This record gives sequence, structure tokens and C-alpha cells, in this order.
Amino acid sequence: MRSLKLLSWLLLFLALPAQAQDAGEATISSGDTAWMLISTALVLLMTPALAFFYGGLVRAKNALNTMMMSFIALGISGVLWAVLGYSLAFGEGSAWIGDLSKVFLTGVGLEPSGSIPHLLFMAFQGTFAIITAALISGAIVERMQFKAYLWFIALWGLLVYAPIAHWVWGGGWLADLGALDFAGGAVVHVNAAAAAVGAVLFLGPRRDYGRQAMLPHNVPFVLLGAGLLWFGWFGFNGGSALASNTSAALAFVNTMLAPAATLIVWALLDLTRTAKVTAVGAATAIVVGLVAITPAAGFVPPWAALLIGALSALPSYFAILWRPRTRFDDSLDVFAAHGLGGASGAILTGIFAQSTWNGTADGLLFGNPEQVLVQLLSVLAVLIYSSVVSYLILKVLSLFIAVRAEARAEARGLDVMLHGEEAYAYGEGAVLLLEHERANGATVAPAPHPQPAPTS
Amino acid sequence: MKLIRAIIRPEKLNDVLKALFQTEVYGLTVSRVQGHGGETELVETYRGTTVKMELHDKIMLDIGVSDHFVERTVQAILRSAHTGEVGDGKIFVLPVEKVYRIRTGETDEAAVTPITVSTA
Repeated sequence: MRSLKLLSWLLLFLALPAQAQDAGEATISSGDTAWMLISTALVLLMTPALAFFYGGLVRAKNALNTMMMSFIALGISGVLWAVLGYSLAFGEGSAWIGDLSKVFLTGVGLEPSGSIPHLLFMAFQGTFAIITAALISGAIVERMQFKAYLWFIALWGLLVYAPIAHWVWGGGWLADLGALDFAGGAVVHVNAAAAAVGAVLFLGPRRDYGRQAMLPHNVPFVLLGAGLLWFGWFGFNGGSALASNTSAALAFVNTMLAPAATLIVWALLDLTRTAKVTAVGAATAIVVGLVAITPAAGFVPPWAALLIGALSALPSYFAILWRPRTRFDDSLDVFAAHGLGGASGAILTGIFAQSTWNGTADGLLFGNPEQVLVQLLSVLAVLIYSSVVSYLILKVLSLFIAVRAEARAEARGLDVMLHGEEAYAYGEGAVLLLEHERANGATVAPAPHPQPAPTS
Repeated sequence: MKLIRAIIRPEKLNDVLKALFQTEVYGLTVSRVQGHGGETELVETYRGTTVKMELHDKIMLDIGVSDHFVERTVQAILRSAHTGEVGDGKIFVLPVEKVYRIRTGETDEAAVTPITVSTA
């Protein structure tokens, strides 16, 4: 049976990708390659989608800065993945980290990796490294120096993301323990959320936090971002089968079902609490449902996907209500959505995994209670390592450069102060800066002609 | 009666509103305006075009008050809108000839004295 053979390949691949490459005798499947090419593009789209999701949630004066935090990861995390990150994550190495054998894509060519070209596998994994770094930014919007952010995600991708990806997917210690993480509940979402916690603790709250309401400036952007994230997530979860097969189909359908259930439960919670269903709530629910099904996607039956989606709404919903009453300014609730969503999903995977659907592992419900403990351990390990190392990266950076934006920049808006652009410029009062003025230095003297007072 | 017209930084609006409400000034109109107050221009770049922004976003408050309220209203704004940097804004106190409250037809002092609405 061809499908059985593919499935067994896939299982070997999920558990031990590095070893799988060495197993040889594989051939490239055009069907698998086609699906993985598409999936890679779909996951890459999630980062711009995240930019819209986050960008709409902040105030107008910080819209570009927030969106740029996602977009710039496409550059930094993308390049560093190819140069060094991929080798640290998927080089053979030890149980803790890969090695330098694949630096600068050495030996990463068109030879088969599973049933797809090795190079394509690298690119698919690269899109995960990019979005995971970008996810962190939601916690520290509206107050961080952009230059410090660039350093932060560069170092974070190498010191935090690459080792953790190795633990779970690169044949590291969590893979050996049998932790189930289909598409990155722990590697991507708990990881980003833990980094978010470290970063918030280091940076502190925004200066206006707790003093004035900071409302989303463009809710349609938030909905657009959530919609595009869902679309891209079909590649994220479906593509994590690394083949165009039954496992991909299961993950794909579960990715459709789980957020749908989350959306309904979230709406009902909204209805019982305030009698109004909110749009920002709906967008958040979609993301929480997607996060929760990520570790489970290819392991659980569809009915369990609906349950996982529905159940995961609860911790995130109430955490988002409670968090603003604290001094913990995780501005866009990265921890509530990705940390709690990812942890719920990872633990529920340990309950609902069913080998008749996934061919490999059973969870608590199907006679394997230890799986829940393994899942819990993987969440805790990622949580501790990522939050501590993220905090330390920022601590070390702060010895060399300013990490926090100045009070004046925070008040005026980071778009103008850090990027020299406005998201919504009307062009009124914008005067061309001529060559000779520019040559005289950056600061321009006040205009000599008096302006009319801004009265009607 | 006087009309107090204050031009302030947008990011100071919340502080100013809080100070005014604490001073028991409840009736006011807020407008988003752009102006130039001698502060250094910000330089922005869009592709090859570099511009200096000569107009800054400001908030304009119009507050009609009776004479004995002028001083405390002005003090509240002075206190709450201040950062010490160029661009904090201005307060103008203007004479008012006549005031009408549209709902009741009340005039002058009575028209600018806030009524306490009981929210049942």
C-alpha cells in the first residue's frame, strides 16, 4: 500500500527528521513536493497576516512600528535561518542542540529529505522560525527601541528558537521522550509566549498603561489579519505532515474545525458576559483555536479537534479579562492567546491522540495516560528555557544599547520618532526638504514665516 | 462669561480632561487641529522624498465658563498640559457676548452652569 508506506515514512520523519535524511533510499514525490511548496508559501503569508492582526490592535501612532516588527522578521529571521539557524536546529548535534554541519546550507540541496527536496524542508521550517520571532512582538509593542528589537530577534532565533526546535523536531531529548507536537504548539506558540513573558518583565509596562485606555485603532485590520492567519495555517498544520497524504488531510480538516468551535464558545462567553459579541473577540478566538489545534492537528480525530477548539477558549478568554488588571503589560495578550492556547492544545493532544487516526501514538483516553505527563513536561521545559533566556538576551543587550524607547517617543508615537513615517499621513504641512537644507544638517530651523494660528 | 480656548498636545488630552473634571468643569468641545508653534520640524522620508512636517497634530478645547470659573479652569490646563518642551500649546481667554442653551433657551450664566443629570 502506497499510502501506508508514505505514512510510515512520515512517522519516522516526524520523530527523527535528521536521521530520516540519512536513511537514504528515498525518492522525491512530485505530489508531496507540490503540497510542501504551497504550504511554505502559505506559512510565509502568516507573518504579514500577523502584522495586520497586531497592527490593528495598537494605536494609530504606533501602527507602522508594530507592523514592521513582524515584517522585519521576514528579513532577519529568514536570512539567519539559512545561514546558521537551520544547522543549529536540524544538524545532528546532541540531545540539546544541532551542530554547525549545515551552516550556510552546506549539504542542503535537492536530495530527498523524506519525499521532498531537502532544500524545501529547510525553507518550510524557515517560515516557522520567522513567524515565531514575530509572534513575540505583540507583547512589547508601543515601547521598544526598534534597533534593540532587531538585535533581540536575531539572537533569539539562534539561542532560543533553534535549540527548542531541535529538542522536539531535530531528534533532541523531547523527541526521544515521545512528546507529540504536530506543528509547533510548544516549539512555536508556548515558545513565543514564554519569550513574551521574559520581554514584558524586562521592559515593563507602557507609560500610559493603567492610566488611559489604549484602544485598537483599526478593528477591520484585526479581522483581516485573523482571516489570513487561518488561511496560512492550513499550510502550517497541513504542511507539517511533510507530505500530501492522509495525515495532511487530517491536520487540514482539524485546522478548519477547531477554530470554528473556539469562535462559537468565545461568542457565547461574550454573550453571557456583556450581551454583545465583539469583533476583536472573534478575531482573537480564531487565533486561539488555531494555536490550540497546532500540536494536535495530525494526531487527534476530528471530533476531538472540535472539543480542543471549544475547551481552549476558556483559559484564554478569562486570562484576557484578568490580565489588564495587573501591571503585566503583555500588550496584545501573547501569553493568553499563544501560551495558554498552546499549552491547552499540547496537553489535550496527550489526552485525545488516537493511533487509529494517526498510526503512531495514543493519549490518555486511549490507554496511554503517561502521554499527558510527557506533554506537560515539554510545555514546562519550553516555558522555562525560553522565558529565562529571552530575559537574559534583553538584559545583555541593555548593557550596550537602549532597549526602551524614550518617554517623548512613546508619547508622540514610535512611527514618526523611530521610523520617520506615519501610517496615516495627510501630507498637510509637509514641506519638501531641499538638497542644500539637508546638507546643512538633519535638524531644520523653524520656518521663518509666521503660520496662522490654528483657529477656525 | 468667557470662552477659554486651549491648544494642547494630543497625548496630554487625557490628563487635561481628568484635571478639568476634577475642577468641576464638565462642558467642553474638543477638536483635532493642526498647528505650528515653533517646535522643530520632524523629518520624514517616503521613498526618495524627504519632507519636514511643519504642522503638528494638536487638540483644541473650547470651554465656555462663567467669570469666577476662569482662573481655576486655566490653572487646571496649565498644570495638566505641561511638559516643559516647545510645543506644549496655548490658552486663550476670550470675551463672550451672549450664550444660549439650546435645550431650554436659558441664557448667559445659567446656560454655562452645568446641570446635574441623575442617571437612573
